[in-house]
Amino acid sequence: MNYNWNWAVLLEEEYLQWLISGLGWTVSVALCGWVIAMTVGCLVGVGRTVPNRWIRLVCTCYVELFRNIPLLVQMFIWYFAIPELVPDDIGRWMKRDMPNPEFVTAVVALGLYTASRVAEQVRAGIETVPVGLKSAATAHGLSTYQSYRYIQLPISFRLIVPPMTSEFLTVFKNSSLALTIGLLELTAQSQQIAEYTFQGFEAFTAATIIYVFIALIVTALMHLLERHTAIPGFVGKDS
Amino acid sequence: MIALQNISKWYGDFQVLKDCSATVDKGQVVVVCGPSGSGKSTLIKCVNGLEAVQQGQIQVDGQEVTSKKTNLTALRSRIGMVFQHFELYPHMTVLENLCLAQEKVLKRSRDEAVSKAEMLIKRVGISEHINKHPSQLSGGQQQRVAIARSLAMDPIAMLFDEPTSALDPEMINEVLDVMVELAKEGMTMMVVTHEMGFAKKVADRVVFMDEGAIVENRPTDDFFGNPESDRARDFLSKILNH
Ligand SMILES: Nc1ncnc2c1ncn2[C@@H]1O[C@H](COP(=O)(O)OP(=O)(O)OP(=O)(O)O)[C@@H](O)[C@H]1O
Ligand SMILES: [Mg+2]
Repeated sequence: MNYNWNWAVLLEEEYLQWLISGLGWTVSVALCGWVIAMTVGCLVGVGRTVPNRWIRLVCTCYVELFRNIPLLVQMFIWYFAIPELVPDDIGRWMKRDMPNPEFVTAVVALGLYTASRVAEQVRAGIETVPVGLKSAATAHGLSTYQSYRYIQLPISFRLIVPPMTSEFLTVFKNSSLALTIGLLELTAQSQQIAEYTFQGFEAFTAATIIYVFIALIVTALMHLLERHTAIPGFVGKDS
Repeated sequence: MIALQNISKWYGDFQVLKDCSATVDKGQVVVVCGPSGSGKSTLIKCVNGLEAVQQGQIQVDGQEVTSKKTNLTALRSRIGMVFQHFELYPHMTVLENLCLAQEKVLKRSRDEAVSKAEMLIKRVGISEHINKHPSQLSGGQQQRVAIARSLAMDPIAMLFDEPTSALDPEMINEVLDVMVELAKEGMTMMVVTHEMGFAKKVADRVVFMDEGAIVENRPTDDFFGNPESDRARDFLSKILNH
């Protein structure tokens, strides 16, 4: 194999800068997307379990729509199609004046897509809460809202920490799709370094290691959260 | 206090309750018994509107449970309910279990709720466990907590759905003792149970159900001394002789 190894290239100021800036965008897109995913996902997930059938229907449609269209396609739709579909003024603003259009679009697309997956976890969590607890809450005079707020949600959130960890990890990985609409996040920057230096192997190894580090940190944090919120002696939990 | 008038209920085509009528006067204890699947749980859940009925009327303390105009949550907060499987909130301590509805429904202050909770937990004999989570307690202790949780709301009546049937035999009496004491203090109670000793000791009336219908509804002594229907006689012989 005639490959000129040159790991030092990664430490050259210019390329190191690119990697760091790429990391910055990756983390920003993922975290902002996650905030949207959690907010919308919790609302939609709860909406799928409420007594009102119209709310349930709307929330089910949301999940089926966003979960079944490939994220890459959604990214393109938000970036290329939506500005043409909305009223002219807004479309013009989106194309010309919106600050950081690639970033904003990536966050919205990633956030709303992930929200459909979060919603499914939240719904599953709520459905796992024994019906008897809901009856008890109702029997003691708690309203539907109070029963969700104090009983069903706190219990289901504890139950879904492990699957949520994997959704959270996926957000970081999926954020790499933002490169397709021109956001210079980590993967895009590695690609750029590879093109400039012909040291593709080193560049993508660096990206890989950084992704792995992010994953380890996220896993560790979520594990702490799981330990912190565990219900003593409750089924399926240690301690 | 509690009046059921000709109530009927269906699950699809299946009629769970057939034209049931019964009353529980203030201070009375009424025991409901009958074979499995006869509709006892369904009947008692209708009293506080946890289950809706399709026909008939239910009044509690003069309020129409079956009417849309009634504020059901407010009415429910005044009727205690104890379940077969305790249904304590697993993510809260015993103390929080007792305080939640006091604070959120009755809008009591934290101090008021806590002192009420401490008093009741002491009364059911588990003060030393007040900061534990439900799953760290035995079944009998959990059920006593559940009773205390209902009492914390100062209920005008208490509903019990087989409160001892999920318990190991040696824990049944600790729960029944609490219930007997309550009955003697004059609490209005409607109790689904197969504990005939409890019924003989404190019940004013016994309601016997079979296949969704109330077959007998008579003073306790009459029921045990001289059951009218074959089905009740059959049921009693099975349950008293094992
Ligand atoms: N949600 C439901 N949907 C359909 N059928 C139901 C439902 N709940 C109860 N049933 C049926 O209604 C009948 C009465 O049930 P219920 O729980 O009231 O009986 P029970 O007398 O309390 O019995 P057990 O002693 O086993 O607790 C049973 O045949 C049961 O299968
Ligand atoms: Mg039952």
